[in-house]
Amino acid sequence: MEQFIEWIKQPWPWYVAGPMIGLTVPALLILGNKTFGISSSLRHICAACVPAGIPFFTYNWKKEAWNLLFVLGVGIGGFLATNFLANPDTIVISVDTQNDLATLGITDFSDLMPAEIFSWENLFSAKGLLFFVFGGFLVGFGTRYAGGCTSGHAIMGISSLQWPSVIATIFFMIGGFLMTHVLMEPLMKLVGF
Amino acid sequence: MSKVAVKNIVAEDPNCVAPNLRKDHDKGLELLKYLVLGTLFGIVFVKAEIISWFRIQEMFRLQSFHMYGVIGSAVVTGMISVQLIKRLNIKTIHGESIVIPDKVFKKGQVIGGFIFGLGWAITGACPGPLFAQIGSGYTVILVTLISALAGTWVYGKFADKLPN
Repeated sequence: MEQFIEWIKQPWPWYVAGPMIGLTVPALLILGNKTFGISSSLRHICAACVPAGIPFFTYNWKKEAWNLLFVLGVGIGGFLATNFLANPDTIVISVDTQNDLATLGITDFSDLMPAEIFSWENLFSAKGLLFFVFGGFLVGFGTRYAGGCTSGHAIMGISSLQWPSVIATIFFMIGGFLMTHVLMEPLMKLVGF
Repeated sequence: MSKVAVKNIVAEDPNCVAPNLRKDHDKGLELLKYLVLGTLFGIVFVKAEIISWFRIQEMFRLQSFHMYGVIGSAVVTGMISVQLIKRLNIKTIHGESIVIPDKVFKKGQVIGGFIFGLGWAITGACPGPLFAQIGSGYTVILVTLISALAGTWVYGKFADKLPN
């Protein structure tokens, strides 16, 4: 048992995590004819809290409560894994990535998230505006405009052989590559890195 | 609220990624299974370090195979599962036939997809990991989540004015 706990505390390789994530697709279908997708939860929260008479948010969101419980579970899972199954060792980040990020001003590689960006101290600063407010807005706006995120399009959509999802996924990647390789450096300089 | 306005989400938006096609409602304790499934999912997100901003940077910089392996093997697993469900005509635990709605191509998948991609590289998170990051104690991500909700709301507000 102790060995098992030790093993489970190590970071899980992609060939364990990927299939587990993929199994969410049949699990949801078989448990209740549900199509896997996470960004929909954001829409349901809007519909529940601030529908404001907007047609896009006027529907029976209570019927989609399962989706809200699913994301609540994701949060609980995050809590459990971090507090009880945490990897005792420091995260191993590719040396090339460390070097690239160092030129952008990121030098703390001791945690899953860079402390230089993701801290409450940064909230009311240009850094916070870029990484939390602006970035979050693009994620919410973009996923809803695209009709889904990595789970709904890349995993569920491509799994069920839907070509619109392939296109969406390609454009997720194009946006990500452009941001990482072209826009990130000037934006980070702009906010004081 | 008129009867016409409160419609089934599927009827209103065939492009919705997570429609609920179960005919009868899940009630009370029945919903708990989704909480449990979400919890397992959140554990995987943390244990495979998918919630890490660094892993997303490695992915977009093509400096690690990890995220490609995760997403790729998830897709392959999902694909095999969907094929098995279709070919063996597997039913839900409630005996319903499983329905997977077809997605319709829209310009949004290009424009919105591109916009999400920009945000994904900045935040290092798609919507799923956002929830797991908050649960993991990176509480400042609550602000990112609220911004994502604002983005979703603004899209909904102007949905009919955007090219689609």
